[in-house]
Amino acid sequence: MTDTLTPVLTAHWDQPDIFTIDGYRRAGGWRALPKALGMSRDEVMTVVRNAGLRGRGGAGFGTGAKWGFLPRGDSKPHFLVVNADESEPGACKDVPLMMANPHLLIEGAAIASYAIGAGHAFIYVRGEVLHVIRRLRNAVQEARAAGYLGQNVLGSGFDVEVIIHAGAGAYICGEETALLDSLEGKRGLPRNKPPFPAVAGVYSLPTNVNNVESIATVPSIVLNGADWFAGLGTEKSKGFGIFNLSGHVSTPGTYEAPLGITLRELLELSGGMRGGRRLKFWTAGGSSAGILTDQHLDVPLDFESVAAAGSQLGTRSVQIFDDTTCVVGAVLRWTEFYQHESCGKCTPCREGTFWLVRILDRLEHGDGTEEDVEKLLDICDNINGRAFCALGDSATPPITSAVKYFRDEFLQHHKEGGCPFDPTASTVWSAT
Amino acid sequence: MPFSDEVLARLDADAAQIIGQYPQSRSALIPLLHLVQSEEGYVSADGIGFCAAKLGLTEAEVTGVVTFYTMYKRRPVGKYHVGVCTNTVCGVLGGYQILAELREHLGVDDDEATPDGQVSLEHVECNAACVYAPVVMVNWEFFDNMTPQSARQLADDLRAGNQVTPTRGPGRLVTWREAARILAGFNDDQATDGPAAGPADLVGLKLAKEHGWTAPEPGPVSDQAKEPR
Repeated sequence: MTDTLTPVLTAHWDQPDIFTIDGYRRAGGWRALPKALGMSRDEVMTVVRNAGLRGRGGAGFGTGAKWGFLPRGDSKPHFLVVNADESEPGACKDVPLMMANPHLLIEGAAIASYAIGAGHAFIYVRGEVLHVIRRLRNAVQEARAAGYLGQNVLGSGFDVEVIIHAGAGAYICGEETALLDSLEGKRGLPRNKPPFPAVAGVYSLPTNVNNVESIATVPSIVLNGADWFAGLGTEKSKGFGIFNLSGHVSTPGTYEAPLGITLRELLELSGGMRGGRRLKFWTAGGSSAGILTDQHLDVPLDFESVAAAGSQLGTRSVQIFDDTTCVVGAVLRWTEFYQHESCGKCTPCREGTFWLVRILDRLEHGDGTEEDVEKLLDICDNINGRAFCALGDSATPPITSAVKYFRDEFLQHHKEGGCPFDPTASTVWSAT
Repeated sequence: MPFSDEVLARLDADAAQIIGQYPQSRSALIPLLHLVQSEEGYVSADGIGFCAAKLGLTEAEVTGVVTFYTMYKRRPVGKYHVGVCTNTVCGVLGGYQILAELREHLGVDDDEATPDGQVSLEHVECNAACVYAPVVMVNWEFFDNMTPQSARQLADDLRAGNQVTPTRGPGRLVTWREAARILAGFNDDQATDGPAAGPADLVGLKLAKEHGWTAPEPGPVSDQAKEPR
């Protein structure tokens, strides 16, 4: 029987100096890289594939399979890019991981670079997290001085440079091809696929883009084996992951658990809803996954079960809202976010999010009608699947799911000529 | 105002170091823009010209990049730039009220500085600290679990030049320009300051330790590199 919580990535975050090379080594760190260098590249790739690790950035594609798409035996330089642009509303797993344990990520990046034959690994970290950037850069310097990075790593003949690249504020750069354009010093616009990054990524050279948590999981898989990892989680969603619980819970916080834990279990761990209030709606995987309700308390939080419930596991960003919260207002704010972050490259996303905001704003302020609700759904239908990249697709689930579960509340705003909720009741400092 | 020879010499040396990191020079544009922002507090026409010259780009190409990213400012902001998160979780938990009260308290709008140049304000989107909502950033350091009162106090302390310490960050809050220099690639000496993690990052770990919950011990791993199943 697996334990309820299984700290691996978060296991040493309470060690005050875990972000230093000495602290990380004392916690058993920098042992996976020498082991990996003693294996062949194919062996390392096979372990990760057999472990069943699926991308932790939201899409859930097999990490080992993705590595396998890079050409082998070619003469071109290969690149690893770590997507550390964590910006999904509700997601706060990668940023704390890099602040607490940057060496874990860098060790994973070195191993992944070895497996895919990359001589450069870029860690593209969002710019708005200054202390994380300090910690990452310091860890790279320490690791380089210790011979874990640079030329001829640990005498193995393998060379790798890790570059900490701070972004400049753009959610779209979490989309892997927009990230690559940004890394090339351009506006962060998504690229047409194919060609996929494995064939033509940064500088049009073979590139593998992985999320922070995916790469940080690699050292534990190399050390403990594929079966160890695959023995956790569910049949198709193997292993463990970080869950962030935010919003109207008694104890907001971070929990590392096998995939398949339920919101009911997570709520029990976090002391339940604040003030014993009723759960109204929540996200399983950030705002882009859309919302679920209290009828989904027992949905196993794995890729398949959450998808079957009409949402997505995404980044396991569990945002919880009680019955003081206006769902129309919540969705309006998310939609304003997507409009602001839309890069403008494609018409459905650029124009669609513009109109979604205007209609939602009208509805929230009591000036909308039932036809406006239908119009919202129609616009969503015209964006979803027709946008150039996933940002446009991500703008629609919050709206379609909110209308699905709370249509009456949209209409209630119209009937009452305004929002029926008191926003102060939702705040942390309200009496509830 | 064009950069003086002395400033230019310094920027040239820094730029060479940044560009030298990358296999292709244009990748250095994002950090170079942070660098010129660290010199002037914002990205001026001179800053754009400097980056364009360094990378063999046109000023239009560089300007196109500057205007895409929200962290580059085209006019001076405060010595301390305050970002209030108003994405849904932070907003609902009180971020909307914090932003409204700070706007009134400081008498400024988005990206506008107080007359003394000390503090500017901006609403920001999700800054990856949702378990600490409502969150306020100052020069991209975390100030967690804020209230309207603590936010007003923070703003007053920043205007008065009093020492303030981020919740999860270094002991000394750096200025806007110093922060831009770190973003460009040049660390200060504070990387090992501050906690590894905040309390909300540790609630799961603490519970696991109390209950003796752990990931299982690995079994024999000799067959781990066998062919895919």
